[in-house]
Amino acid sequence: MRRVLLLALALQCLPAWAQERRSGFEDMARETQAMQRDDAANPAMLWVQEGEAIWSRPAGPQGRSCASCHGAAEATMAGVAARYPAWDEASAAPIDLPGRIAQCREQRQHAPALARESQGLLSLAAFIGLQSRGMPLAPPADGRLQSTRALGEALYRQRRGQLDLSCAQCHDDNAGQRLAGSTIPQAHPTAYPLYRLEWQALGSLQRRLRGCMTGVRAEPFDYGAAEFIAIEAWLAERAAGMAVDTPGVRP
Amino acid sequence: MARVLINIPRNIRAGEAFAIRTLIQHGMESGYRPDGAGGVLARDIITSFTASFEGEEVFAVELSPAVAANPFITFTLRLQGSGTLRLRWRGDDGFDQSEIRQITVT
Repeated sequence: MRRVLLLALALQCLPAWAQERRSGFEDMARETQAMQRDDAANPAMLWVQEGEAIWSRPAGPQGRSCASCHGAAEATMAGVAARYPAWDEASAAPIDLPGRIAQCREQRQHAPALARESQGLLSLAAFIGLQSRGMPLAPPADGRLQSTRALGEALYRQRRGQLDLSCAQCHDDNAGQRLAGSTIPQAHPTAYPLYRLEWQALGSLQRRLRGCMTGVRAEPFDYGAAEFIAIEAWLAERAAGMAVDTPGVRP
Repeated sequence: MARVLINIPRNIRAGEAFAIRTLIQHGMESGYRPDGAGGVLARDIITSFTASFEGEEVFAVELSPAVAANPFITFTLRLQGSGTLRLRWRGDDGFDQSEIRQITVT
């Protein structure tokens, strides 16, 4: 009994978002959930198919593909997407999954770079993300990422734009309430890259963040900006342990 | 070649209805959206989808600019014997793609 009381007390002290974390999946209409669950109906699987093709397609002067080094993605990429953003030794900076793919392609394959939000990069990210489906998000316990996460949290709580709103004001304080017709999700990045019905295409977490920033009439950061990596790192930490459901479908 | 996902059940019995589900990657540009230069983006949509079994048309759809990107089309079929199913998408700009699947009926 005493233990239960202590647990209840401990839960009370946690911030609101940590008490009951919900994936955006749970807040969707049943039809949209069915679309995501069924790999034959999930449009994101078209990009996964493309990513699978790129995985074993030779590129660059040495004709090396991703598979030449990494082998079968099903075995070697399982759980990889769940660990990003991570620390990159080469550039001594944090890096997210699309950044890592682009870096590998440029520096190891010596192939033409894949731009952020290009079809090729999204497809590869979706294919690699799929290999972690169902696994818990596991942000690395690397101390060097601490300052990045702190910056991410500060940016998350900073008011911005003409509407003078922070991410936290909607996604922590008012999650589950409605913004016009839509339920405000808790903003857990478990399903990226995902197919958004509004976009009618696959998009990255950074595209989603840019959409939100434009929504509060702030000037969004550039794709790949250090600020975005920091926010991604903070969101991953905040959602640690939640199951990856890449590639998702969202309204 | 556009990416295509086709789902056909594994066990099909003669005379029993089953569903075929198709999904094709296509932007379905409606022809009404403005471009950056003050003009209008040219229409680029899939205009028709047909399914033929052993050369005979069994299902057809005409698509309009209001259809969303990456059209998902599903239909049911009842067969008496095995054969070849040909799915064909045609559209603007000479878009023409066919997928052929063998269907085994037990």
